[in-house]
Amino acid sequence: MMDKDSHEITLKGINASPGICIGKAYLVDKEGVEIVERYHVRKKKVPDEVKRFKAAVKKARDALHAIISDGPEEIKQANILQTHIALLKDKSLYGQTVQTIESEAVNAEWALKTVVSNLKSLFQSMNDSYLKERSSDIVQVSDLIMRNLIGRKTEDIATIDKRVILVANDLSPADTSQINLQRVMGFITDRGGKASHTGIIAQALEIPAVVGLEKATRKIKSDDLIIVDGNTGTVIIHPTEQTLIDYEEKKINYEEFKAVITRESHLKAETTDGLKLEIMGNIELPEEAVAVINYGGDGIGLYRTEFQYMNRSEFPGEDELFGKYKDVVETIAPRPVTIRTLDINGDKALANPDGYHEVNPVLGLRAIRYCLKKPDIFKTQLRAILRAAAYGNVRVLFPMISAYFEIRLAKKMLDEAAESLLKDGLKFNGDIEKGIMIEVPSAVITADLMAKEVDFFSIGTNDLIQYSLAIDRGNKQVAHLYQPLDPAILRMIKHVADVSKENNIKVFMCGEMAGTPHYTPILLGMHLDELSMNPQSIPVIKRMIRSIEQENTRALVADAMKQKTAKAVFELIKEAYGEVLADQTYTGNFELNP
Amino acid sequence: MATSAKNISKDVIISNELGLHARSAAKIAQIAQKAKAGVWIKKDNEAADASSIVDILTLACEKGSKITFVIENPADIDILNALADLVESGFGE
Repeated sequence: MMDKDSHEITLKGINASPGICIGKAYLVDKEGVEIVERYHVRKKKVPDEVKRFKAAVKKARDALHAIISDGPEEIKQANILQTHIALLKDKSLYGQTVQTIESEAVNAEWALKTVVSNLKSLFQSMNDSYLKERSSDIVQVSDLIMRNLIGRKTEDIATIDKRVILVANDLSPADTSQINLQRVMGFITDRGGKASHTGIIAQALEIPAVVGLEKATRKIKSDDLIIVDGNTGTVIIHPTEQTLIDYEEKKINYEEFKAVITRESHLKAETTDGLKLEIMGNIELPEEAVAVINYGGDGIGLYRTEFQYMNRSEFPGEDELFGKYKDVVETIAPRPVTIRTLDINGDKALANPDGYHEVNPVLGLRAIRYCLKKPDIFKTQLRAILRAAAYGNVRVLFPMISAYFEIRLAKKMLDEAAESLLKDGLKFNGDIEKGIMIEVPSAVITADLMAKEVDFFSIGTNDLIQYSLAIDRGNKQVAHLYQPLDPAILRMIKHVADVSKENNIKVFMCGEMAGTPHYTPILLGMHLDELSMNPQSIPVIKRMIRSIEQENTRALVADAMKQKTAKAVFELIKEAYGEVLADQTYTGNFELNP
Repeated sequence: MATSAKNISKDVIISNELGLHARSAAKIAQIAQKAKAGVWIKKDNEAADASSIVDILTLACEKGSKITFVIENPADIDILNALADLVESGFGE
């Protein structure tokens, strides 16, 4: 219910998926069930309290059994759920809670909360990503019990029967796989960043999402009226009538704008003076391939392959990978699909498949380093890629190359994979383009060496900027120093582009910088061959390119290279292209650090 | 944990790729719960109740780590062997 006296509250977060929606909130959050009362239970009533707890556990178990038997044939997921069933009766959770109810004569909710928060702090104090990940299973299980205890209508997100805006602390892939997505108008979460799972799902569904709000679940109650502006990352709770009118208008404008650019999205990305660029899509799930085509993409510039390795206990087999890749390749053919080999990193759930406890995983055994050390895992993937290549236009992309010998080794393994396929008599195509990600400063500085070994470079700006400027974007203290327009970054990109031209190989960009229209003039001026981005950014970037003359952007780059600060470069762009940006794109604020 | 001389133990090396994650811990706990007396897992200087998934997880056993199963009652020798086999087979993964 909307409180008559409620004041309008505005929260600022990270815009993870564009669009505007207005509707009722639906809290699926974990914080919400954590707000539990503590009350004393009379000695005589303690057995009843224990019974109540046991009933809640039984209900949770029945619910999990039901999900397993009704659910899709995702056997892997069922295994996780089986583990959750076992956890429900675990001594340290179940036994401890019963004991706490009995010894302290407190209500079951409070006992459970105490036990779980002790366990949580035990895991959290280990300060180790592997273990922290493990504790999420325990939290999820206790949430199930807690909801039954509180008697809240089962928060089974599978059964939401009205159009709502989901409000959560965080949404895991397991959560989102249960949601009836047709019912969801938008997502907002306390945690998460631009590239979080929530954002990816929302983008695929073309609904707005704002993440990283920190306190949304504390400020919002179920059924509150809220506005989600995924363009600017704003959430408004209890909007006033005037705000509602404003946003209804913004929503209509945005939808009209979207319709126009979508209609035009199949036009070529060609500057007014006739330079054509290939505008590609980045995907993670095979299902996103369709979105790339719908948005007018010229192919896939980055197919991230980590998803098949996440949230599971064993590595995927060759046939499974081949099946996924083939689906994408056939959907996109004859346009190219750039498959990036496994880039397991510190962010991802299965960060340390061997459970290595790396103090600094970003500088650790990840991506190509990991694959070269695990030839079996790597070759399984390479074989799957080469087999899929028989069904369309495939390029292979090796991530995080930091030294020349890594390309040689990776290519050798690719050759060996091809030989083994030949021996096995399987259908494959060994004649594919090979490229490397340029995302480590050492690869930039040795680009001339690297260029001799590959058919293309793909500049991954997200990591390149972080590694070059020594900035962790996730660290709020320094995030403002993350500047794509920093003179150091511009010089690096220009160097890579120039070396590519000298060596007659192609140069692409697949980081966020490629999908942000503010940077398009600079990238045009540096003469990149391909830009790859989130599918929904494709129409905007194409439209931007169609309104620019490439000749002018060369002058812009020449000027930009003389500037001493990111801000000075930004001012140059704003002066020359501020109006075009305002007219041609719907990017909200034109800020230095978008 | 009781450290009487009666305790029988067996050392094993975690060989599956992912180490002792929730699912493999669940398999251990499932077997250990059938024991007549306590079954423990020791790693370095820590010990965990093998019948509790949560307890096992707190040991943080990655691939390659050495753990020791300990039974308090010799009658549980079959359980001990079953646990060792389970780990050595890499949990059938």
